[in-house]
Amino acid sequence: MTQRVANRHAFSVNGGAVRWLTPRRAMTLGLIALTLVLGKYGGDLAKALDMRWLVKFPSAWTVPFKSQITVAMKWLVEDAHVGPLAFTDLTRAIAWLIEQPYQFMVSFLAKGFWAGQGAAATEILPAASWIAVIVAVIALGHYCRDWGLATLAGGCFLYLAAFGQWDSAMVTLASVAIAVPIGAGGGLLVGIWAYRHPVGERILSPMLDLMQTVPVFAYLVPILFMFGFGPVSALIATIIYATPPMIRVTTLALKGVDPEIVDFGRMAGTTPRQLIWRVLVPSAAKSIMIGVNQVIMLTLNMVIIASMIGAGGLGFDVLAALRRLDIGAGFEAGLAIVVLAIAVDRISQAFAQQAGQAPTVPAGQGWIRRHRRMVLVLVVLVVAWLLGRLVPALKDYPEAQTLTTGAFWSEVVRYLNINYFDSFEAIKVAFLTWFMLPVKQMALGIPWPWAIAMLVLLGWRAGGARLAVLCGTLSGLILLAGLWPKAMITVYLCGASVILATVIGVPLGVVAALSRRGGQVIGVVIDTLQTLPSFVYLIPVVMLFRVGDFTAMVAIVLYALAPAVRYAAHGVRNVSQDLIEAGTVSGCSKWQLLRLIRLPMALPEILLGINQTIMLALSMLVITALVGTRDLGQEVYIALTKADTGRGLVAGLAIAFIAIIADRLVSAAARGARIRFGLESPS
Amino acid sequence: MTRPIKLSCRNVWKLYGANADQLLHKSPSPTDAEIRAAGVIGAVRDASIDIADGEIFVIMGLSGSGKSTLVRCLARLIESSRGQVLFEGSDLLQASDREMIEIRRHKMGMVFQHFALLPHLTVLQNIIFPLTVQGVGAQETNTRGREVLELVGLTGREDYYPRELSGGQQQRVGIARSLVTEPDLWFLDEPFSALDPLIRREMQDEFLRLQARLHKTIVFITHDFDEAVRLADRIAVMKDGEIIQVATPQELLLRPATDYVAEFTRHIPRDKVLTVGALVDANLTGSGAAIMADARVADVAERIIAADTAVPVADVDGRIVGAVDRVAVARVLFGTGSAT
Ligand SMILES: Nc1ncnc2c1ncn2[C@@H]1O[C@H](COP(=O)(O)OP(=O)(O)O)[C@@H](O)[C@H]1O
Ligand SMILES: [Mg+2]
Repeated sequence: MTQRVANRHAFSVNGGAVRWLTPRRAMTLGLIALTLVLGKYGGDLAKALDMRWLVKFPSAWTVPFKSQITVAMKWLVEDAHVGPLAFTDLTRAIAWLIEQPYQFMVSFLAKGFWAGQGAAATEILPAASWIAVIVAVIALGHYCRDWGLATLAGGCFLYLAAFGQWDSAMVTLASVAIAVPIGAGGGLLVGIWAYRHPVGERILSPMLDLMQTVPVFAYLVPILFMFGFGPVSALIATIIYATPPMIRVTTLALKGVDPEIVDFGRMAGTTPRQLIWRVLVPSAAKSIMIGVNQVIMLTLNMVIIASMIGAGGLGFDVLAALRRLDIGAGFEAGLAIVVLAIAVDRISQAFAQQAGQAPTVPAGQGWIRRHRRMVLVLVVLVVAWLLGRLVPALKDYPEAQTLTTGAFWSEVVRYLNINYFDSFEAIKVAFLTWFMLPVKQMALGIPWPWAIAMLVLLGWRAGGARLAVLCGTLSGLILLAGLWPKAMITVYLCGASVILATVIGVPLGVVAALSRRGGQVIGVVIDTLQTLPSFVYLIPVVMLFRVGDFTAMVAIVLYALAPAVRYAAHGVRNVSQDLIEAGTVSGCSKWQLLRLIRLPMALPEILLGINQTIMLALSMLVITALVGTRDLGQEVYIALTKADTGRGLVAGLAIAFIAIIADRLVSAAARGARIRFGLESPS
Repeated sequence: MTRPIKLSCRNVWKLYGANADQLLHKSPSPTDAEIRAAGVIGAVRDASIDIADGEIFVIMGLSGSGKSTLVRCLARLIESSRGQVLFEGSDLLQASDREMIEIRRHKMGMVFQHFALLPHLTVLQNIIFPLTVQGVGAQETNTRGREVLELVGLTGREDYYPRELSGGQQQRVGIARSLVTEPDLWFLDEPFSALDPLIRREMQDEFLRLQARLHKTIVFITHDFDEAVRLADRIAVMKDGEIIQVATPQELLLRPATDYVAEFTRHIPRDKVLTVGALVDANLTGSGAAIMADARVADVAERIIAADTAVPVADVDGRIVGAVDRVAVARVLFGTGSAT
């Protein structure tokens, strides 16, 4: 009993009785308060002092990065050459290399093989029958896991046929089928290279950082400029977007191979090449396959964005519907992407899990028996081709049998809008007036010298001189580019979304960690949220709230919520059991355990989750540009429609800089917390 | 005991840390204080050993004492910061990459603490892996693979995957795989440390049985002094990267170089290590049949105690060198002080 009281006492000493208002904290609070005040009254102050340049960076001081880049790009495309080889020859060669397999895939899956041009063209061979494709998918599902997966995958594809999305879906599938092998294979090779040459990794790492933080829109513009409008440009953009994680995952997976295995490989007398391909890559196959899965998901994520520079398929359908505000059609095509994504995701995950284990085919049986699934698919394919001439239904899904739900969704939206318009409007207005507008005014009101000074100070406190310099330089560049106000709107939109996502996500994560039942439910919801391509969130939100910042925020929150939940749950779950027991023995109540032990110890993880949330939020900006935001994402979008390279790149880089600043600050804070808790040693 | 030296190292150093090279450049054999001041880790410090052909040489030390680093310097998996490694008389550190690959393919084998089996290959495929990377034909690899498989008692498990085997069985695969190329030099880095005590014991017996047949030159790493004493011809005791004593188990028990070594020997059942030769009293004459000087005390203790007089002791040539009485044996069995 005395023991318990003594321990309680110890806790209260740690928890509250210590003087919490240290001079350092007092200064922090003071600075925050000052920043808030400046945010609110900065504009008036500047006016009163007659120093408008404090809030509005004079345009005479900006540096014309945009036009310089545009000129440079123009030179690159029109004049640059090495000897007789012009830069355009290079781009044409790349385009040709990608075009050939893509055309074959599209012909095979969607359009059929044709000879001749235009009206004189004759079909040599029709596209693969929908039945053959569905049988192939079922066989693949069965091969990768079991009949359950086979049914799911088959069902998804049947859905595509029955709801009249087949042709578009096959075009999309064709680009996935081209982008994924190139992205995954290329990523694997580059990842191996970086693993073998530490210098390579040191060069690559910041490049990958940048590629993953620069929003895709930013490089859509130069790609459009170099390769022209069309599916090849779209494929190149998709590959650039989807490859970096594969490189990262490969290098990490190879590094993660047990050092004993590496030693074994060398002791067995392998050559460097044998060591890579016969020891390391197979040992790391499981982790590497996670990278492949990521490539697939990112590729699917890109389909709608890629359609802005010429990819057809489902992405184009969604984009066209969104532009017409045809909610029903957009929803159906969007749903078709989701269905396709689910099928491809589940199959590739099952394939990844199975990859570590060699197939258990009993040896010594005939080729046909060992490949009976493949034989079946080939037979169905050929038979459908042969009979397709007689029975059209074998070739194409009969049009009369297609279902559509487009009208239904439009009806639902009309119903909701008629009956609940006021409620939706009230929610929207409340959020706008009480939360978003104040944040926005604050962000725009803070004088830029003060904001930059605060960033430098934060960087210095969190990560020393280097981080301080980084924060100062990057924010300074944004300012010089004349993008300060747009950057602040970006910060406001993302900031508001991240705050909301954190407020919702972290408690959900805690619940998921502490209650088994809750954990399961939340897990399923979060998994689903993460599998969906990002723009899908936009469609229902636009239906209910129409265009504007609020819609953008809701879509961003939905998209970026997952990591906040995941990391919080992981952090809370992984608090050392010893600490929990020590707390319990000391007489902590459940609530005290949470407040005094679990949450503080989980803080580093929670911070990392928020970091991920910020990154996702920033990458979503380009999509929310579709609903008429006024931030950097919109700037890139406009540049894209005008094919203005300089404008697009500069705005894209500005978003990347914001992402880098946020990432470095939060990571440094998380590291600081880990060091304070003794989970990591300072070095 | 004048077998040729198979492997030796001279003044081998391995320092980790940013300033390691700089430090060694400044002072070729830095002191404790210098190492600490430079902020580097002295994983192996000034190690010199000679390992004779056919010997079981055990490197013993607590975890972190530098055993793995030393053995990897010997196998040149790690480049030593300084020093020489001589394998069959030639400098291993001068060998080119190509030569190193050849040496490892034909002359060295290694067993790992956590088995290091390739998860995507079956037992048989794992075992013949060193042969397949050499490009040996399928027929030959298969026969050789099955031979070593039988040697370690895993016949019938060819087509299992590593994850389907127990720890002991997995290490048998690791052992078979390291023997399939018929190496002369066999490195074992804590091969039994990850196994349960009972299995460990069984594997040690099997290891001795294998060595009795194969006569490899063995470098065996362990942190378990019992194991070292049980298996070793000679033991090198390591502490903080330094070798503090190299001796036979019996010498370690009788004449520990430092208190640190003595501390290890304290809980070892001495009768299982000491031989009668260590107890023999040249001035005593015994009666009855002589016992051999190299017999372990534990094996003959009962006879000596049961005898009424001292028992005569003979050396390898059959000459009587003295006798042992029950007092000397009792002191080994029950005493804690010195044996003589
Ligand atoms: N790659 C490395 N980098 C830095 N320090 C290392 C490295 N490898 C080993 N060490 C250090 O060297 C010392 C000896 O390690 P090791 O040889 O693995 O010990 P043992 O095998 O005896 O347990 C330890 O202090 C370890 O932390
Ligand atoms: Mg070790």
